[in-house]
Amino acid sequence: MSLTMNNLNKIIELSNYYQKNSQTSNRDKIVSQIYSQSEIIAKQAIRNNKDKTTDLDKRLDDILTSKIFGYPIMLLILSIVFWMTIVGANYPSQILATIFFYLQEQLTNLFQYFNAPEWLRGFLVDGVYRGLAWVVSVMLPPMAIFFPLFTILEDLGYLPRVAFNLDRFFQKAGAHGKQSLTMSMGFGCNAAGIISCRIIESPRERLIAILTNNFVPCNGRFPTLITVATIFFGAAVSALYSTIIASMVIVGIVIVGIIVTLITSWLLSKTLLKGVPSSFTLELPPYRKPQIMKVFIRSVYDRTMFVLKRAVKIAAPAGAITWLLANTYLNGNSLIDIGANFLQPLGYAIGLDGYILMAFILGFPANEIVFPILIMSYLSQGSLMELDSFAALKTLLLDHGWTWLTALNLLLFSLLHFPCGTTMLTIKKETGSIKWTALAFIIPTSIAFLVTFAVAQTVRLLGIL
Amino acid sequence: MVSINNQLSEKKVTEKEIVVALAGNPNTGKSTIFNALTGLKQHTGNWPGKTVSYARGNYVHRGKSFVLVDLPGTYSLLANSIDELIARDFICFAKPDVTIVVTDATNLIRNLNLALQIMEATNNVVVAINLLDEAERKGIIVNIDKLSEKLGLPVVGTVARNQMGLNRLKDTIDDIVTKKIVTNPLKIHYPPEIEQKIQEMTPELENILKGELNPRWVALRILEGDKTLIDSIKQYLVYKEIDIKGEVALCH
Repeated sequence: MSLTMNNLNKIIELSNYYQKNSQTSNRDKIVSQIYSQSEIIAKQAIRNNKDKTTDLDKRLDDILTSKIFGYPIMLLILSIVFWMTIVGANYPSQILATIFFYLQEQLTNLFQYFNAPEWLRGFLVDGVYRGLAWVVSVMLPPMAIFFPLFTILEDLGYLPRVAFNLDRFFQKAGAHGKQSLTMSMGFGCNAAGIISCRIIESPRERLIAILTNNFVPCNGRFPTLITVATIFFGAAVSALYSTIIASMVIVGIVIVGIIVTLITSWLLSKTLLKGVPSSFTLELPPYRKPQIMKVFIRSVYDRTMFVLKRAVKIAAPAGAITWLLANTYLNGNSLIDIGANFLQPLGYAIGLDGYILMAFILGFPANEIVFPILIMSYLSQGSLMELDSFAALKTLLLDHGWTWLTALNLLLFSLLHFPCGTTMLTIKKETGSIKWTALAFIIPTSIAFLVTFAVAQTVRLLGIL
Repeated sequence: MVSINNQLSEKKVTEKEIVVALAGNPNTGKSTIFNALTGLKQHTGNWPGKTVSYARGNYVHRGKSFVLVDLPGTYSLLANSIDELIARDFICFAKPDVTIVVTDATNLIRNLNLALQIMEATNNVVVAINLLDEAERKGIIVNIDKLSEKLGLPVVGTVARNQMGLNRLKDTIDDIVTKKIVTNPLKIHYPPEIEQKIQEMTPELENILKGELNPRWVALRILEGDKTLIDSIKQYLVYKEIDIKGEVALCH
C-alpha cells in the first residue's frame, strides 16, 4: 500500500488550511505539554536521596575550569597526549619502515629476476609501492595512538570543559563558544570538523567556524609535524628530552593555530560576517570512567582504518604521479625539477623551497601525502638511499639545504595552508556556496604565505640563522 | 509495504530479520548499548544522501536474527536538525519492529521528553533506563515498575557498561515482536483547542493515510507547522525515491 500524489495534495491542503489559521504558539503549547508530562512522570518514578549525592564532579569542575588552573591543565594534558603519541609511535614506525624497505628490495629483486623493464620497476616499486609504504609506516603508528587517547579524553567528559574554558575567547572574537568543540573534531579530520559545525545554529557563526576549522592540524598533518619536530627540534637537545621538546613544539604549533583562529574569527565578525555572538547553554556532562579497551578497539577499527584506507587510496596514485613527474624529462630536466625551479623564488621568500611548495600542491588531495611526496622528489634527484631511520631522513633534508627555519616554516605552512581536497568538497557541500568555498581556500592560504614570509624575512634580517 | 519487501529481498536483508531502532539523547550510553548488543558485527557509513554517520549491527537472540540500527542521538523528534529529521523519518517511515529509547537515569525529565514523542509515533517501544549506577551514586533511585506502569510500556533498567540488564532488554524486544507483551503507550493530552483540531482532522487523515502513518501524529505535525513532513511523505510514501529501510541496509 502506498500513497498517491492525490493523497499528498490533500495533506498539503489540510496543512495549508490549519497553518493559515493557527498561530505559531501551537508548537510551544505542544512542546510544553510534552515537557510537563515528562516532568510529572519522572517525579512520580524517582526518589532523590540527597545525602548520598557526591559532589566530586563539582569539585573536579572547579579545578579543571578554574580561571587559574584551567589553561595550564589544558596545555599539560595536550602536551602529554602529544608526548605519548611521539614516544609511542617512534618505535613501531621504525619497525614498519624496516619491513617495508626490506620488501622493497625483495620486489626489486623479483622484477630483476623476471628481466622486467626498468621503467616498469621504477613506476611500480619506486612510485606506487614506496608511496604506500611511506604513508603507512609514517601515518599508522601515530594515528593508532593519538585517536584512542583523544577518544578517552572525550569519554572522560573533558572536551566540553575545554569548550567551557575557551568560551570567553570565542565570545570576544565574535564567534560561537561551541567552535572549540568543532575544533576538537578537526584534530581528527578537518572534513569531520566542518560537518560538526552544524551544532552551531547561527549561520553567521557557523560560517566563521567552517572557515577557520583548517587552522587545527588534522591527523593527516600530525605525522609531518611530528617527524619534522622530532628530527629538527627534538634532536637539538639530548635524547632524554628530545621527545619532550618535540611535543612542546607541536603544542606551540597548536597554540599558534588557536591564536590564528581567534584573530581570523574576530576579523571575519568585524568585516564579512558582522554580528554579535549568540548565547548558548553548554551542558557539562558528568565525568565518566572511559572503557579503555573498547575505546581502543573502536578507534583503531573505525577511525584509524578509515583514515588509513583513504590515505592509501590516494597515496598509491600520488606515488605513481610523483614518480612519473620525476622521471619524465623535458630538455634534460625532469618535470618535477622544472616545477620546483619555477616555484623556487616564491618558496625561498617564505623560508621554504620549490620542492616543498610543489609537494603541498601535489598533496592537495590529502595532507597525508605531502611529506611522502617531498621525500620522493628529493630522493629522485640523488642517489637512492635507504630511508629507514630519522637520522637518514635528517641527512637527506640537510643535503637539500634545510635549516631550522625551513623546518619551522614547514610546520607553520602545514598548519595554516589551504584545506585538503576532501575538506574543500565538504565545505562546498555544507555552505552550498562557491563564494565561501573560495574564501575557505583563499583566507588560509594568504595567512600561510603572510606568516611564513614574515618569519623568514625577520629571521634573515636579524641574521640569527 | 510490498515494494519495500521486494527491494529488501534484493538487498540481502531477509524478511525474517527483525529491525530494531536505537534512539536516545546524546550522552546516554546509547553507543555502549549498541556496541554491547552487536559486538563487532557492525556496518558503519552515512545515512543515505546525508552526511550524518550511521551504524547498523546484527545480533541473534532466541534463535532469531535482529538488525539494530543506531539512530543519531537527539533531544527531540521535532525535526529541528538533520539528526532529528533522520531519527524521526526512520521511526515513522521505515517502521522498525521495535524502537528502544535509551534514557539517562540521572536526567530522566529531559530524556522522557524524547520517549514521549517517540511513543506518539509508534506503539512498539521499550524504554531502557541506563546509567543506573551513576544515578545511584548521585542518590537517585528510579522505580522501574512505576515508570513502566505510567508509560504503558516495558521499561528495563540497564548499566550498559557492565552488560547489566541487556539480556532482559533483548528478551523484552523479542516479547514485543511476538506480541507476548502488548504495549499501551501513554498518550499526551493537549490543551482543548489543540485536541479539538486534532479531532477535526483525524477522520480525513485516516482516509488519506490508509494506515501508513498515525493520523494523530500527522495532525500534531500539521498543527505545529512542521515544514519537513510533506517532503518526507513525498519521498518515502508517494515517489518512493528513497526506501529508507532498504537504503540503510545497503549502507556499508
